Amino acid sequence: MLAPVHHPGWGWYATVAVSSLFVLAAVVALSYQFSRGLGVWGINRPVFWALDITNFVFWIGISHAGTLISAILRVTGAEWRRPVTRCAEAITVFALMIGALFPIIHLGRPWLFYWLVPYPNERGLWPNFRSPLAWDFFAINTYLLGSIIYLYLPLIPDLALLRDKSRGVWRRFYGAFSLGWSGTQLQWDRLERAVRVMAVVIIPVAVSVHTIVSWDFAMTIRPMWHSTMFGPYFVAGAIFSGIAALILAMAIIRRVFHLEEYLRPVHFNNLGLLLLTMSLIWFYFTFGEYLTTWYGNSPEEMAVFRSKVSGPFAPLFWATVICCFVIPAPVLAIKRLRTIKGTVVASMLVVIGMWFERFLIIVPTLTQPRFTFNWGTYKPTWVELTLTAGTFGYFVLLYAIFTRLFPIIAVWEYKEGLPLGEHGEPTVVSAPEAEFGSA
Amino acid sequence: MIEETKSKKPQWAMVIDLDRCTGCEACVVACRVENNIPTVGPEEAAKGRSINWIRVERYFEGEYPDIKAKFMPVLCQHCEEAPCEPVCPVYATYHTDEGLNAQVYNRCVGTRYCANNCPYTVRFFNFFDPKWDAPLDKALNPEVSVRTRGVMEKCTFCIQRIRKGEEKAKEEGRDVRDGDVVPACVQTCMTKAMYFGNIADPESEVSKLSKSNRASRLLEELGTKPRVIYLNKGD
Repeated sequence: MLAPVHHPGWGWYATVAVSSLFVLAAVVALSYQFSRGLGVWGINRPVFWALDITNFVFWIGISHAGTLISAILRVTGAEWRRPVTRCAEAITVFALMIGALFPIIHLGRPWLFYWLVPYPNERGLWPNFRSPLAWDFFAINTYLLGSIIYLYLPLIPDLALLRDKSRGVWRRFYGAFSLGWSGTQLQWDRLERAVRVMAVVIIPVAVSVHTIVSWDFAMTIRPMWHSTMFGPYFVAGAIFSGIAALILAMAIIRRVFHLEEYLRPVHFNNLGLLLLTMSLIWFYFTFGEYLTTWYGNSPEEMAVFRSKVSGPFAPLFWATVICCFVIPAPVLAIKRLRTIKGTVVASMLVVIGMWFERFLIIVPTLTQPRFTFNWGTYKPTWVELTLTAGTFGYFVLLYAIFTRLFPIIAVWEYKEGLPLGEHGEPTVVSAPEAEFGSA
Repeated sequence: MIEETKSKKPQWAMVIDLDRCTGCEACVVACRVENNIPTVGPEEAAKGRSINWIRVERYFEGEYPDIKAKFMPVLCQHCEEAPCEPVCPVYATYHTDEGLNAQVYNRCVGTRYCANNCPYTVRFFNFFDPKWDAPLDKALNPEVSVRTRGVMEKCTFCIQRIRKGEEKAKEEGRDVRDGDVVPACVQTCMTKAMYFGNIADPESEVSKLSKSNRASRLLEELGTKPRVIYLNKGD
């Protein structure tokens, strides 16, 4: 299990090189944007938000993988979770970091983003607590802090393990982060209690974050944004895309680091079932949202509705339905197809589909304000597209670096789940670990 | 509609008589000159980035030959219940006790949330640094601040003229009356289709006109309580 940390292999270097190129391109695009102004994006009046907020909602959604999988599975005591939790928790932290970038870089004057912080100042000015964007700021920061703690706590025993197995600078590095862990009974008791508490606490935080993100839209009076069900709709969509991202990450890690023994078909099967559930829930919400709009038949809502179902956004809309429901649902429902390959294909479609879905929530409503003479169009520029590609590169890069520094499968948690008598005796430890048994 | 306000200060409102509007757009030009509105150029304008605090919307009723062109000047409606105000995370837009929807350029960070929540789409964003084609750059109004890149802007009801009018009334020791404050668009309207004044004063012209049978407000059903009243015979 420690093999990725010590012997990453050429696949790892290739991944880092390619994803770094994406990040570099995004940095160039961002510098250009900062020096010229937001006009280098395709946004206009009335489409003031587009790919920036699409990426924001999408990545915050992806971040729900960690908490909702890891925390719920921990709280319910699902044994099969053990090799999955850390993959998921790491996704949360990195996806959040990327998602949280967008509300800052999309500002007209991004260098003033700290005005959303309630800090004492000589002018007595405070942020406007009535604004959903101010709620966003607090919700995302709380979630980021909480999920970093939630990732870090179960990492401590593994950091100590790495400390004991490494020398020199690395020994000091892992030593500092393992906080003097020596594996006494008292330490274990405290750690497990802390992890249990965090697992329970992080669930309502995660639900609140995506609810508040949805309220950025639902609190307005725009047609097809002003909806009471946006909160649960967004949370369901977030968990949906989060699970899909987790399956993809696990499949890649499994292949690149040869962890076939730990990430077994049963994990993909179980996560596939969860993904199926979320796909059905997503379809139910979407169907309910569109049916009530159509039946209500109010002109402003119908203008947006038609543009999605049969107008200029129809190709994207139907692609979303196909990617999120029509293909994944049967693939995941039929046991013969719910293999590793099957769940990976379904997950890939779901991730693409959910990105489209975020775009379709934001842009069609904005192109069609209440007065027809204000209607507009939107076409992304290379800057926005590069930034979007850059987010994926950045995510892969952060994730790759993480797998290089820390064990991506929680070693102690995995061992804890083994039957008694198999706890690390040299005769039963698995092959990749035996390499370092004597180190 | 009943104008309710706790404030004792004048409540500024505008009346636009659509039956008198010829669609000449003199108000648009006057506004640009008065309020230092940057020119973005034809390419940017085609992308929907032109800035016009007031603009004249034209639409046709009927089919040729039985067709009628209609014009409607649209500007910030200075709603009493403005949807743009609560959503700003930094209080860059807020409501004054004179019924004005104010925009503080220096406080704006540019989330553009206010623009997204404006049902009239009358808020404008500075996508680039402002520029004026020569010789307009030599003709800026010193009484109006120039906005920088990245902030929102919109009609202020010519706040600089409101302040002047109020000061004049104060010097003369009386309440403001019709004629003290004339925004640039109202001043320049040659068919006298626009009126401006204190709607809290029952004797003012806008107050009387707002009770006309021809009076209506844009998207009244949203409950935004606009302070711009349109007069229209409806045929």
